[in-house]
Amino acid sequence: MDTPLIEFKNVTKRFGTKIVLDRVNLQIYEGQITTIIGLSGSGKSVMLKHIIGLIQPDEGTIFFRGKPIAQMKRAELDAAFAQISYMFQGNALFDSHTVYDNIAMPLRETTNLKKAEIDRRVMARIEQTELTEAISKYPSELSGGMQKRAALARALITDPQIVLFDEPTTGQDPVRKNAILSMIAQYQRKFNFTAILVSHEIPDVYFISNRILALYDHQIVFQGTPAELENFDHPFMDEVINSLEALQRELTGLYSKRQFGMLNHLQLKRRRDGESYCLVAFSLKELNAIVTKAGHDAAQEALRNMGLYVDKHFGAIGGFSSRRNTNEIITMLPYSNLAETESIMENFSSDFHKQIIPAIRAGACRLALGESVELTIMAGIAESQSTIDIESAIALAKSRQKEIGRLNCAAGE
Amino acid sequence: MALTADSPNGPESYSQKRSGASVFRPFALIGQKVMGWVDTLGASTIFLIMALLQTFRRKQLSKTIQQTYYIGARSISIIMLVSLFTGMVLGLQSYHALVKFGAQGAVGSLVSLSLIMELGPVLTAIMITARAGSAITAEIGIQRISEQIDALHTMRINPIRYLISPKITAAIISFPLLTAVFDLIGIIGGYVSGVVLLGLNGGVYLHSIKTYVVMSDITNGFIKSIVFAVIVATVCCYQGYFAHMRKDSHGAQAVGLATTSAVVTSCVLILVSDYVVTSLLV
Repeated sequence: MDTPLIEFKNVTKRFGTKIVLDRVNLQIYEGQITTIIGLSGSGKSVMLKHIIGLIQPDEGTIFFRGKPIAQMKRAELDAAFAQISYMFQGNALFDSHTVYDNIAMPLRETTNLKKAEIDRRVMARIEQTELTEAISKYPSELSGGMQKRAALARALITDPQIVLFDEPTTGQDPVRKNAILSMIAQYQRKFNFTAILVSHEIPDVYFISNRILALYDHQIVFQGTPAELENFDHPFMDEVINSLEALQRELTGLYSKRQFGMLNHLQLKRRRDGESYCLVAFSLKELNAIVTKAGHDAAQEALRNMGLYVDKHFGAIGGFSSRRNTNEIITMLPYSNLAETESIMENFSSDFHKQIIPAIRAGACRLALGESVELTIMAGIAESQSTIDIESAIALAKSRQKEIGRLNCAAGE
Repeated sequence: MALTADSPNGPESYSQKRSGASVFRPFALIGQKVMGWVDTLGASTIFLIMALLQTFRRKQLSKTIQQTYYIGARSISIIMLVSLFTGMVLGLQSYHALVKFGAQGAVGSLVSLSLIMELGPVLTAIMITARAGSAITAEIGIQRISEQIDALHTMRINPIRYLISPKITAAIISFPLLTAVFDLIGIIGGYVSGVVLLGLNGGVYLHSIKTYVVMSDITNGFIKSIVFAVIVATVCCYQGYFAHMRKDSHGAQAVGLATTSAVVTSCVLILVSDYVVTSLLV
């Protein structure tokens, strides 16, 4: 494998008599999104601050592109840290400066760029992070989500190669949490930086992470892909992952991919060979247009309402649902055949028009801020058997999708 | 041999040890305290030198001008008010004291020399400490606990250059100028109470100032004000910058205590250094 971008070897950190990191070993690779997960107070932020040099280890070595940081010359160290940007948990925006000045600060203070060029770059970032209306506001005048976006814009203004995100979604509601995570994933693809996240947002961070590092009992107990984490047998899984996933389900009505897979496996294992089950594939078409015109918040609000309603309707008859992609929800109905499912879907469609469309409309149109947006909700049913691969059933359901609802927000509404 | 209560080697030797320890304990505490002061003095001196080294770096001018406005220009009204009444009370007191000896003609020189050599630099420094020094400590302290200073590190902006150096430079510029304002308005205050209110001859008042005030008095007053500027700015910036390392408190409380500590320490050091500088200049 390639030389890690950042490597910890037996790094130990104590504050007084309290050990925070105990012989931590980890590797972070270039071009990936790596997420450090763990309980509150387990030392995740301390680990991140070691990378940027805000904290020095008591023992052990930190390597940057294979070279020990402690042995680097001043110029080398400056060059290394110049590639890194840091987004603080509490944003750390200068509260006496406007959003514009906060974002422009790194360029004004560390480069010789002319005013016009600084202005061009800052305005570009402001537009990308949807902060145009907040440009001359002070951080205290912004919502939590806007502050996060301002901090993100400041972190990205110097086009860093490595961005460290310290709990970027802390204090956000479920809708904004997803919006921030998808924004990080989107910008990471767009600007191709290496992202290192500290987050509690399990399982949401799995969707955007290439690698997961699990910090437990002062040590890194797991390093690998999100898929590998699902098969990880360790007390960490019981204490951290399961409790966080339960909270996630409570908030959104949807199971994580991991839980959905497990439930599906257990349900189908109980069925006799040849016994059928049904699944419904829901899609929200033109969700990207909503993201573009009305922002992530409006899209997430629509998805959340949709998830809660699907769970409410199908949960009563033993169904369980999961978000498959950004705009897809899969609902498994283990005890229903095709005829029953079609009948349930008819009721669902009728209720959907009466209840869910107005709910989604209220939320998404409010967030659309006068933009004209349209969202089409499609659903398709497939019947399958426990012996057949679930992916082929999902593909069949998707091929049978038809429109069950359409949402319109006229301009100026 | 087993130790018993009346054993000569038992409780007695233990109490001897205890009394020995308790005899040395006050000295140990004093020693620790003194070592702590020496540590802080060394650290704040290094802090000051680091800030002064950044003074003439690029992009510092606008920040220094801005800080001079906050520390200096915005303190003018309070300095004028305080100096007017200080001069008036000096004129009043000195008139009633000197009239007993028929020496009321010396009111002008007494008022002006008191203001230029002592009260001007000292009261100006104390007033700026109360108005701007406390604000500096609170501002830097809040920036520290809300990770804004850490954010500067991560953006590769030297916090000493960005935050501290302009404040210290601005204080060095502002203190002598405000002292000059204090002296002038104070002398006018003395004139108001001595001449306008008590009927002293105006020409005598001004002639006495011209006769007895020499340039070295004014220079010494300005030297003092520069010394006070360095002390106040360093103490206030240092207390705020290291508010997070206080052992007695955390968070907002640490900022509050750092602000109190900065004001008290500055005022004490102004008076102590006043004596030291005076003894060196006299």
